[in-house]
Amino acid sequence: MRPLDTAYMWELVPVIAGYVPLTLFMAVIAMIAALALAAALAIVRVLRVPVLDRIVAVFISFFRGTPLLVQLFLFYFGLPQVVPAMTGIDGVTAAIIGLTLHFSAYMAESIRGAILGVDRSQWEAAQSIGMTQGQLLRRIILPQAARTAAPTLMNYFIDMIKSTSLAFTLGVTEMMGAAQKEAAGSFLYLEAFLVVALFYWVIVETLSVGQRRLESSLGKAVAR
Amino acid sequence: MSCQIEITGLVKRFGTNTVLNGIDLCLEPGERVAIIGPSGTGKSTLLRCLNWLDQPDQGQIRMGDVTVDAARASRADILALRRRTGFVFQNYALFANKTARANITEGLTTVRGWSADRARARADDILAQIGLADRGDSYPAAMSGGQQQRVGIGRAMALDADLMLFDEPTSALDPEWVGEVLDLIRRIADGRQTMLIVTHEMQFAREIADRIVFMEGGRIVEQGPPEQLFGRAQDDRTRAFLRRVG
Ligand SMILES: Nc1ncnc2c1ncn2[C@@H]1O[C@H](COP(=O)(O)OP(=O)(O)OP(=O)(O)O)[C@@H](O)[C@H]1O
Ligand SMILES: [Mg+2]
Repeated sequence: MRPLDTAYMWELVPVIAGYVPLTLFMAVIAMIAALALAAALAIVRVLRVPVLDRIVAVFISFFRGTPLLVQLFLFYFGLPQVVPAMTGIDGVTAAIIGLTLHFSAYMAESIRGAILGVDRSQWEAAQSIGMTQGQLLRRIILPQAARTAAPTLMNYFIDMIKSTSLAFTLGVTEMMGAAQKEAAGSFLYLEAFLVVALFYWVIVETLSVGQRRLESSLGKAVAR
Repeated sequence: MSCQIEITGLVKRFGTNTVLNGIDLCLEPGERVAIIGPSGTGKSTLLRCLNWLDQPDQGQIRMGDVTVDAARASRADILALRRRTGFVFQNYALFANKTARANITEGLTTVRGWSADRARARADDILAQIGLADRGDSYPAAMSGGQQQRVGIGRAMALDADLMLFDEPTSALDPEWVGEVLDLIRRIADGRQTMLIVTHEMQFAREIADRIVFMEGGRIVEQGPPEQLFGRAQDDRTRAFLRRVG
């Protein structure tokens, strides 16, 4: 067994660090889009909107029932062959779309559960004072559901960050892609991938600390 | 007879179960009516239909110049009806994400379009009336059952409704909080607010109501002033019920 080339690893740190913004960019954009989409999907399901409800159920089932990697390949390599508007789509965009759709399916289910967790009588109270469906969702139900769902949604965000590494398979040079390129030149695969792994680990741990803070402050606000 | 609120031929079914079987009721302005009757008789359903929380299958509801027909109620009709009725729930049903004050202002700002300042002034006035002037910033979870129900009543008061509906407002309360809530309702009744109250508190009903309505099996069996209904009920079913509840 050869010793780890730590000097090489230190050299890689600034290189990989340069790609952190791209990883975070993809994850943050996809997360925001997925949250909005998931909330819409969850509302369609909770209100049992005719027809749409069935379509959404199939959408959720498909995106939960197939691997993310397969979905990404479908968007990047498959769809452009039949949808002319998608030809020349770049890997970053395809990855963001794929991550958005994939995670929105999971997040929709947790948001739906959180909405259903809000006591039914609060819907009725809101209706009784004359609020419309939209008003009561926005002002009463969703804020409470968001609180319940927040820890789970944070977990999905963490998952999302790790999943951006799959963009590498669409030819995107992000953290993982950069490490691969470096390793291909130096043949020090262990060191290169270890550095990437450590980067992901640090990012995720940092977020986990934030998550725990968020949870305890949300807990306090509710118990007040 | 000048009805402020007029209910005609109200029918409500859940599947094959006919829960309201042709209810006719007229409330004069400022009249306070208590509904009594056995469990499962449709008392709550009647109140809920008046607020369209349950959708009646047949019949008409008129409040002032708003008439809603079960067969062809539009969304605007339903909202108009709800703006004229305040509903007090058995389990308070306060908005858990809002303070006591915000529970009261919500209907004013979001539904009526009042400015925040105007709604706040109104809410502070109501908080004083319900004896919670110093609890405006508290969240429901931090309040006793009695305080929560008083906020629930305050939320309905804020609407300045033509009709206030109370569905067993004290049944979910620990005995120690019942008195303060009944006191508040008594004060509202003293203000000659038109109200319909479902209650198991017979003594209270006798005290505040102008008229007692006895329901059984989805129908109004008998009604009349408290002394008549409690003293000389005509119908066997009414007498049997009154014997049972003591
Ligand atoms: N959402 C519903 N779906 C099906 N059946 C219902 C529903 N709501 C009420 N019912 C039925 O309607 C009947 C009347 O119920 P309701 O709650 O109006 O009675 P109540 O007179 O208020 O009784 P209680 O004194 O126990 O509160 C009951 O048989 C009940 O099971
Ligand atoms: Mg009831």
